Amino acid sequence: MSEDDWIALAISLKVAVVASAASLPFGIAVAWLLARKSFPGKSVLNGLVHLPLILPPVVTGYILLILFGRKGAIGSVLDQVFGIVLSFRWTGAALAAAVMGFPLMVRAIRLSIESLDRGLESAASTLGASPFNVFRTITLPLIMPGIVTGTILAFAKAMGEFGATITFVSAIPGETKTLAAAIYGYTQVPGGDAGAMRLTLISVVVSLAALLASELLARRVQARTEGRDA
Amino acid sequence: MLEIDIRHAQGDFRIEAAFSAGDGLTALVGPSGSGKTTLANIAAGLIRPEAGRVTFHGETWFDSDRNIYFSADRRRIGYVFQEGRLFPHMTVRQNLQYARHFRPMRTDEAADGRLIELLGIGHLLDRRPAGLSGGEKSRVAIGRALFSAPALLIMDEPLSALDQARKAEILPHLEYVRDETGIPILYVSHAMEEVARLANRVVSVQGGRVVAEGEPGGVLGGARPMPDDMEPATFISATISHHLDDEGLTVAESRAGRIYLKRGLAEPGDRVRVFISAQDIILGIGEPGNLSALNRLEGRVLGMTERAGSVWVTVDCSGEAVLAQVTRHSAARMALEEGQPVSLLFKSVSIDTQGLFRRQETRP
Repeated sequence: MSEDDWIALAISLKVAVVASAASLPFGIAVAWLLARKSFPGKSVLNGLVHLPLILPPVVTGYILLILFGRKGAIGSVLDQVFGIVLSFRWTGAALAAAVMGFPLMVRAIRLSIESLDRGLESAASTLGASPFNVFRTITLPLIMPGIVTGTILAFAKAMGEFGATITFVSAIPGETKTLAAAIYGYTQVPGGDAGAMRLTLISVVVSLAALLASELLARRVQARTEGRDA
Repeated sequence: MLEIDIRHAQGDFRIEAAFSAGDGLTALVGPSGSGKTTLANIAAGLIRPEAGRVTFHGETWFDSDRNIYFSADRRRIGYVFQEGRLFPHMTVRQNLQYARHFRPMRTDEAADGRLIELLGIGHLLDRRPAGLSGGEKSRVAIGRALFSAPALLIMDEPLSALDQARKAEILPHLEYVRDETGIPILYVSHAMEEVARLANRVVSVQGGRVVAEGEPGGVLGGARPMPDDMEPATFISATISHHLDDEGLTVAESRAGRIYLKRGLAEPGDRVRVFISAQDIILGIGEPGNLSALNRLEGRVLGMTERAGSVWVTVDCSGEAVLAQVTRHSAARMALEEGQPVSLLFKSVSIDTQGLFRRQETRP
């Protein structure tokens, strides 16, 4: 493996970890809102969350570029007020990956919140736990299987994300050139087959490893929340 | 004293009820769908009613006029749910500690140990709820509610998920809670025997309204119409007259006649409440042969109603209405009709002495 290949792998992992971790609090909050609350605009929020699942990734990337580019509505504020630049940076790649994985994460967490026995939360409140404490000590631990599944789905989506990323942040070597972008790059040059094959194998290994790890983790968490010994 | 006077609607179902629950155990009885669990949840602060007041010992928990509402976590209650609702991700010990955690109080380890020992859950402390039997779960749920140091205990059919043997195992624990802790209890049930054994007071609910309120004998006894899914039974007041030492029996005299009990349940002079399940009664016409049944009362058929394939026969025994349940087939074969003289035969009764109810079978 060349130096560049290792760098592409490192960028992919960094982007995927940051994307899935940073979107988790928002994912839990939105899933909770959609599962528990009724408010005006709920179906709009639901539609917005699911949009990246339906739109072509290139469109999502382009919308991100319009909104978060240096001259975009949000991007210009971030740049001038906070000095944060997302476009053509690895942080922008993480944002694109997070947006693409968000619907998967929200769906998994929402399902586990909806299937939670609310009687357990009532029981906790009769024992003196405030709504916040009920959430912290009962709801959160019991929906952990859904949170684990959602985070892993978002991680997997981030590892494989290509279209939105390349549209929003391009494929700058050492900054935004992820594994997927590198494979695409190899296929576009003569004699790049060997490189593409190498990275493809790495992709398979990383994906399988993530899948196995998630299976193990999910089984442990599931056993714990159901009260069996892991 | 818990005082409730509320109006509430759930879909098309309207609840408009006022009742109070003082010291001891107040049973909230009624058929399923009568609104009794909703009333318990309103008392607990799990449901906010549309209008009315809920007060406890002068503290206002809910007042729609003054816009006061305490949610469950701000009322000092313990709630034992029908399904136990133990936290599956915690051990039994953690479930108990959870109850202590949010209502800090002086911990008396000796008292905690006694309670754990009394409920027989000491060996379960490190187990998780999924591995417990139904009876064990119930005992832990009772323990958890008591560990939160409640000023009021609410129980919603805590025994209904258990079989007969497990019920018999839990009932003494409930009696202990009622008699020894001094915590007022609101007990939701539709099982006659539990109510007869445990209740100091009964509030009968039907269709979202309180239809009767008072002593168990007055509310449940006699030939009063009873909710469909309640076990038919009769209460008779009696006075213990003397023991029959040789036979190991005790004689109680009632308006309906003489009733024999197993020796040792009560002493001469005691006023007792005798509970006879309608299913335990055998009806006879004429002189029955040589039967082993210990008790025999004479009366006349007062009325008959058909319920779910069987016939409930009300028999007037010298002014005491006693309910017997027979199959439709038997009623037809015996050609039962109003005014007909019949004998009532039964062997087992339960009695209640001064609120302390001890079920005992009298077997000759």
